[in-house]
Order: sequence, then structure tokens, then C-alpha cells
Amino acid sequence: MPPLGSKPAPAKPAAKAGSDRRGFFYTIFATWFGAAWAAFTVSLAAMTLGTVRFLFPNVLAEPPSTFKAGTPEQYEPGVVVERYKQEYGVWIVRIDNQIFALSTVCTHLGCTPNWLENEQKFKCPCHGSGFYKDGVNFEGPAPRPLERYKISIGDDGQIVVDKSRKFQKELGQWNDPDASITL
Amino acid sequence: MSVGDFIRNSQVWKSIFRHPAPRDRRNRVVVMLTNFFLHLHPVSIRKQGIALSYTWCMGGITFFLFLVETVTGVLLMFYYRPTLEHAYNDIVTLGQVTTLGVLRELHRWGAHAMVITIWLHMYRVFLTGSYKPPREFNWVVGVILLVLTLLLSFTGYLLPWDQLAIWAITVGSNMARATPLLGHEGPGAKFLVIGGVELIHSGSDARFALLGQRFVGEMTLLRFYVLHCIALPLAVALLIAIHFWRVRKDGGISGPL
Ligand code: HEM
Ligand code: FES
Repeated sequence: MPPLGSKPAPAKPAAKAGSDRRGFFYTIFATWFGAAWAAFTVSLAAMTLGTVRFLFPNVLAEPPSTFKAGTPEQYEPGVVVERYKQEYGVWIVRIDNQIFALSTVCTHLGCTPNWLENEQKFKCPCHGSGFYKDGVNFEGPAPRPLERYKISIGDDGQIVVDKSRKFQKELGQWNDPDASITL
Repeated sequence: MSVGDFIRNSQVWKSIFRHPAPRDRRNRVVVMLTNFFLHLHPVSIRKQGIALSYTWCMGGITFFLFLVETVTGVLLMFYYRPTLEHAYNDIVTLGQVTTLGVLRELHRWGAHAMVITIWLHMYRVFLTGSYKPPREFNWVVGVILLVLTLLLSFTGYLLPWDQLAIWAITVGSNMARATPLLGHEGPGAKFLVIGGVELIHSGSDARFALLGQRFVGEMTLLRFYVLHCIALPLAVALLIAIHFWRVRKDGGISGPL
């Protein structure tokens, strides 16, 4: 096989002019190719990201995170109200003159404990965590107290529970004025 | 002419099987090479490769169980509807009303068995040192297969939609909350903030993507159903094909230690 470049070289001046022209076309081609590949890559990346985003629904059939829960006078001291457990995942508890909204999500691994009236404690069926009426854990694997949600009194005098804000005792947040209502 | 000869000489038979019966060495080879299913297996292998004491046939049993799961799973799909209204009752119906509804138990026990045999297979590959070069890549393929098998197990567990299922998936998926960066209670997630807006919260983290909502509900059931019946089995089938192909390309089942 003849070595590369063994073709008879064109006359020097002609080659020079020709290579300039070639260089010109080469630049144009390279630019277009580069642009085309870049556009292709960008649209592919955008489509991939979009597909990932597609998997995150925009509309959810979840109950609203804020709900009204009657007037403070309806709550008796020492009583755990279970009426909002099923739909909103909240117990409303009054201890002495304080009303607060407890999350029904076990702080171990997220099951829903039961309120045991006779034993006056919350007991989780999954791995046996127990919580006092105020939400503080005292037995089983749960590492921290139940969380409380923001609770306040609305303009119409009704209690408003806002689940988008939560208060954790171990972070000292139960003392926050929004963590309970004091009568 | 005997009936057997008549069949073997018919045009239909010959159009399907182009070679004589595998009675001599040459035809045994040719039959292996010209049959789609048989050609998946090498024509000749080392004696070691079929020694039960060496492979325990654990990879083979795992593959067999995958096939059992595929067939019984497709049959179950004719009766099971992944909605809150129907899911649980459809499973009960399979057990109490449907003829040969025991296929459902077969699917469930097969799934448990497959998880056990895949671990044993991995254990034997480890014990025989078969993960060493040139087989490192097939070990990696195997690890992915293991993860996919466990995911099949996890997604399938939710489908009966009984208390055990719902709470097992609640507990299991809560681990995803603690994913680094991508879980809203995980390390680093609270630093992903743009202009005061948290990027990772309970409505945008890894668990949310898995469940399709913030708790285990109807969206979750549908998601797990699609993953369990379509996405994961396809991925496993593809990887099993690569796995087997690599066993051959890496020189067949490994030799004695
Ligand atoms: C769906 C799951 C799997 C199937 C169906 C499967 C199937 C098989 C089969 C049929 C073989 C031939 C030898 C034998 O039966 O032992 C094999 C070999 C092998 N498998 Fe798997 N396997 C699976 C998962 C795994 C896992 C989890 C690992 C390890 C992480 C693994 C690593 C290997 C390696 C390295 C070989 C080559 C062994 C040798 O040459 O001696 N496989 N597999
Ligand atoms: S989830 Fe409540 S004790 Fe484990």
C-alpha cells in the first residue's frame, strides 16, 4: 500500500488557495455540525429531565393541610379527640388549659398508633412504641416524641390546625406560641 | 412406515427442525446451534459446570423461579385490579372463588424462594471465587439483578392491599425520607434552597417520587403495580440475558479452585 499522501501534490499556489476555500467550508460545516449536535444533546437532556419531572404529580387527592376544628370550649381537659384522625391524621388533645394538635405518625417508622383510653397512652401496633397523652415517647423503639402541628384560633373563633408547620419537642419547638392554644 | 417416521418425514416437521435427530455427535452439535432455545446453552461445557456440588444450580433455580413468577404473574393479572376498591377483594377472590386460585400462592411462595435462592447463588459465586477477573463485570450485573429482585419483592408486597402490605410499605418507604440530599429528612437536603424556597420537601423528595403522593395510597398502589408488572420484570429479563451471555463470554462457568 502506498504511503499516505503519495498522491501527486497539486501545484503549490493552487493548493494554497484551495485549502483556504476548504478551510472556509470546513468552518461552516463544523459550526453547523457542532450546533446540530449541541441542539440534539440539549433537547435530549431537557427531555430526560422533563421525563423525571413527569413522575412527580402536580395535583394530589390529599385532604387540605389546613382545617377547622370547632371552638376551644368544645374540648374537655384530659380528653383525646379522635374525630380528625381518619381524614387529617391529627389528634386534638387538651391537657389542663392547653390545646394542641398531635400528628398520628409514629416517630419510629411511620405507622399510626392507637389511643388506648384505659391505659391513657398512644400505642403503636407496628413495633410497640408508647407515647404519653402529651405525645412524649416512653416505651418501644420510637426515638422522639410525636410531632405537633400549628394550631391557632381563626377570626370566627374556631380552632385552625395547619399541618404544613410542625413542632418537635426535642428541638425545643413545643414552647412556640403556635404549637398550642392556651385558654 | 411407522407413525414416527411419517411425522419426521412430513414437510411440517422438516420445516421446523432442519436436521436429523441428535443421535450422533455431529447432529447433536448442529441441533444445538440451529434451535433458538437450545442455542442459548453452549454446545459443550466443562464437566465442572454441571457439577451440582460446584454451582448448586442456584443461578439456574433462580432463573427457573423467575420464569415461574412471570407465568403465574401474567395469569394473576387477569383477575387483579390495582385500585383501592378492588385490590384486596380481588386477592381474596383468587383464594376463595377462582379455580386453581392456588396459582396466587405459587406466585407468593415462588417470590420468597427466589429471594432465598438468589442469595445462595451469590454466596456460591463468592465461595468459589468466581467474581474474580475476568468475571468482575458479571458480578456487578449480578448485584444489579439482586437489587431488582428485592425491588420486585418490595413492590409486589403492597399489591394485596391488606394491613400488612400497607404498613410494611409505609415503614419501608420511610427510609427514603433519609436519603442524602434527595430525602426531605436526609442529610444535606435542607441546604438545597434557592431564593429561600426549599427544593426538597415532603412533596418533592425521593419518597414522594416512589409513592406518587405523601402517604401510601391509590397512586402508590398504581405505581407499584406498574413497576412490579412491567418496568422491573423487563429490566430483570434484559439483565439476565446479559448475565448468561457474559457467563459464556467470560469462558464458561469458572474452573476448580
Ligand atoms: C435474577 C438473578 C440471577 C440469575 C437468574 C442468575 C443466573 C445465573 C446462572 C444460571 C449462572 C450459571 C451458573 C450457576 O447456575 O451458578 C450464573 C453465574 C454467575 N452469576 Fe448469576 N444469577 C443471578 C444473580 C446473580 C447475583 C446476585 C450475582 C452476584 C452478585 C451473580 C453472579 C454470577 C457470576 C459471577 C456468575 C459466573 C459464575 C461462574 O462462572 O462460576 N448472579 N448466574
Ligand atoms: S412504626 Fe411505630 S413502633 Fe415502629
